[in-house]
Amino acid sequence: MQDKIIYLDNAATTAVAPEVIQEMLPYFERYWGNPSSLYDFGQQVRADITDARTRIAANLGASADNLYFTSCGTESNNWAIKETMFAYQNKGRHFVTSSIEHHATSHSAEWLEKRGCEVSYVKVDHNGLINLEDFRAALRPDTVMASIIHGNNEIGTIQPIAELAAIAREHKVLFHTDAVQTVGHLPVNVEDLGVDFLSASGHKFYAPKGVGLLYIRKGVKTKGLLDGGAQERKRRAGTENVPYIMGMARALDLSIEHLSERAAHATKLRNHLISRVLSEVDHCRLNGHPTLRLPGNANISFEFVEGESLLLMLEQKGILASSGSACASGSLDPSHVLLAIGLSHEIAHGSLRLTIGHETTQADIDYTVEAIKEVVAQLREMSPLYEDFIAGRKAVSAIK
Amino acid sequence: MGYTAKVMEHFSNPRNMGEIENPSGVGTVGNAQCGDIMRVYLDIDDQDIVRDVKFKTFGCAAAVATSSMATELVKGKTIQDALKITNEAVCEALDGLPPVKVHCSLLAEEAIHAALWDYAEKNGITIEGLEQPKTDIHEEEEEEVY
Repeated sequence: MQDKIIYLDNAATTAVAPEVIQEMLPYFERYWGNPSSLYDFGQQVRADITDARTRIAANLGASADNLYFTSCGTESNNWAIKETMFAYQNKGRHFVTSSIEHHATSHSAEWLEKRGCEVSYVKVDHNGLINLEDFRAALRPDTVMASIIHGNNEIGTIQPIAELAAIAREHKVLFHTDAVQTVGHLPVNVEDLGVDFLSASGHKFYAPKGVGLLYIRKGVKTKGLLDGGAQERKRRAGTENVPYIMGMARALDLSIEHLSERAAHATKLRNHLISRVLSEVDHCRLNGHPTLRLPGNANISFEFVEGESLLLMLEQKGILASSGSACASGSLDPSHVLLAIGLSHEIAHGSLRLTIGHETTQADIDYTVEAIKEVVAQLREMSPLYEDFIAGRKAVSAIK
Repeated sequence: MGYTAKVMEHFSNPRNMGEIENPSGVGTVGNAQCGDIMRVYLDIDDQDIVRDVKFKTFGCAAAVATSSMATELVKGKTIQDALKITNEAVCEALDGLPPVKVHCSLLAEEAIHAALWDYAEKNGITIEGLEQPKTDIHEEEEEEVY
C-alpha cells in the first residue's frame, strides 16, 4: 500500500474545505439555538441561515424564497419527482426521464410506475447525449413532468438542459434537473437554464455530506416529503441542519469564486489523462462525450479486464477510483448508464471512472497513468478473454 | 467490499496463474456478461495425480482468489480427491466470502470439474462421480434471484 493517497473519486464525494469547517464550528460550539425559537438565541441563527439561503440562491440565479434545504441530493430528487407527480395527478400521470439518470431519479421513476404512473425513458446516443427531438416526441398532453440529469455522474456527459427545458415549457410540462454534479463546478443559473426544479448536493462541492438543496420555481405547487413543523416555509418540516447549511453556503461561495480556474485546471488534467491512456493502452475506449463533459470526469473501459479487480489493484498503488462493473456494485448487471450508451456487458464490466478535484496535480495524473498501464497489463495476463483474443480465438464462453 | 485478509492476499499474489502447454484437460466456465470467466488447465500424470494446475480468470477479486485457492487445493491430489473439493471448502480456506461473492467459489469448483471432464473425454474414460459441469453457473443463479 502506498503512503500517499491519490483521490480520483471526486464525483463520489469531496473533502470538506478547511474554510467550510471553520464556518461550521461556531454553530456547534456557540450558536446552537433552534432557528424556530422566538428568543434572540434562536432568531440570530435564523438570520444566519436566511443569509446562507440568500447567498446560495444568488449563486444559482434564484431568489431565496425559491430555495429549500434538504438532507441530500437524493432527497431533493425524490421530493421534486414524487411529490410533484402526486400534486399534479389531476393533470396526468405521465413522467418523462432519460435512460442514464442517477438511481435517485430512476428508482423514483420506478416508484411512480408501481403506483400507476407511466414513465417514458428517453434514449441517449453513444456519447450519452439526449436528442432534442426524441425528448420532444416523448412529451404528451398528460405529461406532468420531465427530469433530466445535467452532468452525468458516471460518464460525465452534459445535457443541453436549457434547450430541453424550453421544449418542456412549450408543452406545459414541468422540468426538473439533477444538477448534483454540476453545481459548484460549472456555471449553473436557474433562469438561464429555464428549469422549474433543480437539485444539488453539498458534498460534491467541498461541503459535508448530509445537506442538499432544491430550487422550486415560484408558483409550482409541491410539498416536501416530510410533514411536521413549519420549517422551509411549511414545505419541508424538520429542524434545520444549521451547521451544514452554513457550511454549504460557504462551500458554494468558494466554488463559485474559483469556478473558472478550477474548471480549467480539471479540464486540462482530464484531457491529459484521457489522451495519455488512450494512446498508451491498447483496446480501451473513452465513455461519454469527448468535449461536452464534466471538467473532472474521465471514464474509460478496458477490454478483457474486470472493473473491481482494476479498482482494488489501483487501490494497492494508492489510487482511489470507481467502476461501473457489476462486481463493484454488488449486483449482477453492470451500470445501466454504460449499457444505455451501447456498451456490451463485458466492456461495461471493465470500466474505470476517475474524477479529478481541484487538489489533483499533473504528477498525480502521470503516476495514475503509469499505474493503470501496469495494472491493466497484469490483469490481461490473467484474463482468459485476452488469451483467446491473442490466440485469435472467439471467447469460449457463452456471451449472450 | 469486505474481503478477508486471505482473499486479498490470494488476489494480490495469485498462485498457479498462467497456462499449461498441451494440458491433460482444460475447462472454461462462467460468462463475460456476468463479469466472470474462469479457465483451469490440468496436467495429470499416469497415476491419475494432478501434477500441475494453472488458471486464468476474468473477474473480481473473489473470482481471482477462489481460482488461486482452488488450484492450490487441487495440486498434488488424485482425480478422486480433486473431485471432492467443494466450493464450501474453497470458501472456508479463504476465511469466507461476502454473500454476493459466494457464486465465485462455485465457479472455481465448476472450472475444475470442467477441466476433469475434458480430460476424461480426451482419454475416453469415465471418472466416477463426475457429472458434466454447467459451463455457465449464472443460469441457475439468475433463476434463484428472480
